[in-house]
Amino acid sequence: MRINCPLCGERDSREFYYKGAASYLNRPAPDATAQDWDDYLHNRENPAGETRDLWQHQSGCRAWIVVTRDTNTHEIKSCRLAASIKRGDNAG
Amino acid sequence: MRFSGWQVLRQGFAGNTGWKPQWRNPEPKPEYDIVIIGGGGHGLSTAYYLAKNHSAGRIAVLEKGWLGGGNVGRNTTIVRSTYARPGNGEFYTHSLRLWRDLAQELNFNVMFSPRGVISLFHSDGQRDAFVRMGNAMRNRGDNAELLDRAELKKRVPYLDYENGRFPIHGGLLQPDAGTARHDAVAWGYARAADQLGVDLIQNCEVTGIDIVNGRVSGVQTRRGAIRARKVGIVVAGRSSQVAAMAGMRLPIESHILQAFVTEGLKPVIDHVISFGMGHFYISQSDKGGLVFGGDLDYYASYAQRGNLPRAEHVMEAGMTLMPMIGRARVLRSWGGIMDMTPDGSPIIDKTSVDGLYLNAGWCYGGFKAVPGSGYGFAHLMARGEPHPTIARFRLDRFRTGVGLMDEEGTGAQHNLH
Repeated sequence: MRINCPLCGERDSREFYYKGAASYLNRPAPDATAQDWDDYLHNRENPAGETRDLWQHQSGCRAWIVVTRDTNTHEIKSCRLAASIKRGDNAG
Repeated sequence: MRFSGWQVLRQGFAGNTGWKPQWRNPEPKPEYDIVIIGGGGHGLSTAYYLAKNHSAGRIAVLEKGWLGGGNVGRNTTIVRSTYARPGNGEFYTHSLRLWRDLAQELNFNVMFSPRGVISLFHSDGQRDAFVRMGNAMRNRGDNAELLDRAELKKRVPYLDYENGRFPIHGGLLQPDAGTARHDAVAWGYARAADQLGVDLIQNCEVTGIDIVNGRVSGVQTRRGAIRARKVGIVVAGRSSQVAAMAGMRLPIESHILQAFVTEGLKPVIDHVISFGMGHFYISQSDKGGLVFGGDLDYYASYAQRGNLPRAEHVMEAGMTLMPMIGRARVLRSWGGIMDMTPDGSPIIDKTSVDGLYLNAGWCYGGFKAVPGSGYGFAHLMARGEPHPTIARFRLDRFRTGVGLMDEEGTGAQHNLH
């Protein structure tokens, strides 16, 4: 599997650390309910098919990347910087 | 037909023409008392114990493909109870006891081979952890024996004891743990359940779960609707998809776990051996192949095949531990879909829907759990109360933080187990 880091270009997946579902970007407010925190920390869509998850280019630029890929085939469809998604940018 | 030495002799003289199919292939009926979704090891053992221990009425097992076509046929066949945490401890101890008499119980040779499982340690700290584990096991009535380096060398001379980075100081031996024939376990439970009147319905994918006023009323399948008073989801590997049919989101991520087998060799590895400094475990099958595996690939996947980095890492761990296997040629590799929970331990519980029960989250420990899981889940489904051996496998433990069973002590968080 090769992941296209938006900053460094396409690299071997060995360089990346896998964090989990991209829903980690949507952290609940501090006073959110226990159910919200449970959903955030534990419960998952866990799709068989297209998924969005968080990887870090640990052995490279260390950027956090949202990778859209297919869990049935390991095909990687797009890679975007998590920071630009948080900012709401369209590019990057 | 009951299997026996006499039958083998008799059928042998008759040219082996008298063997019959081992289970019926029934059409689904419109209604059952209990429907089990999933005809793998856990689903079949659940159906068997429902019929045998609880006389639970009309029971059907619905299987999308063929019986035993999922993870029960895709593992490294290790059976052990080397767990320290309350919850896992009593469960796996109970499951191991069921394994011992399983061939007699099912009248089917599951080829349980209690050859001994040795978990190696490589540092003083790790020795302390294994002493504690061994004591926990002995307190539950299991056998566990701490082998020092000299004793270990007598039994397992071929390890690289002087490895510069990971010297081997000893091992924890569970002498009555070992391996079993994975397919035979599924077939044995299937045959025994069928003989007790359970309908095993293959090629019958469940496409929906019917819920009326918060209570389950049946399932939709590719072969029509089936009404049921109780429904059990036992589909580890696809738990999230089936639970979603009932509007549930589970604390599960599906990951890929690879395993490997070499060409057949003469007997060389007598035990199951696990390396303590990397996730690597190995045993030799009755056909002679070295069967081994390692850690997850560590990304969500349903592909049932892994990538090269993990394969390479597993081979490296094997070579570090026992350089002699470098000459063996790998014949096949495969992958299974693991239901990974945040704390690495399973879930057997009721759900928020009346009459709908969940058995999931087996991480990479599902094979050895097959007898105990079915036994406990059948008890829960029949009586509405958990059997003591599964009482801690609660679905709500992640939300409450109470009763987490995190064997490695790394935290109850996805991607850490």
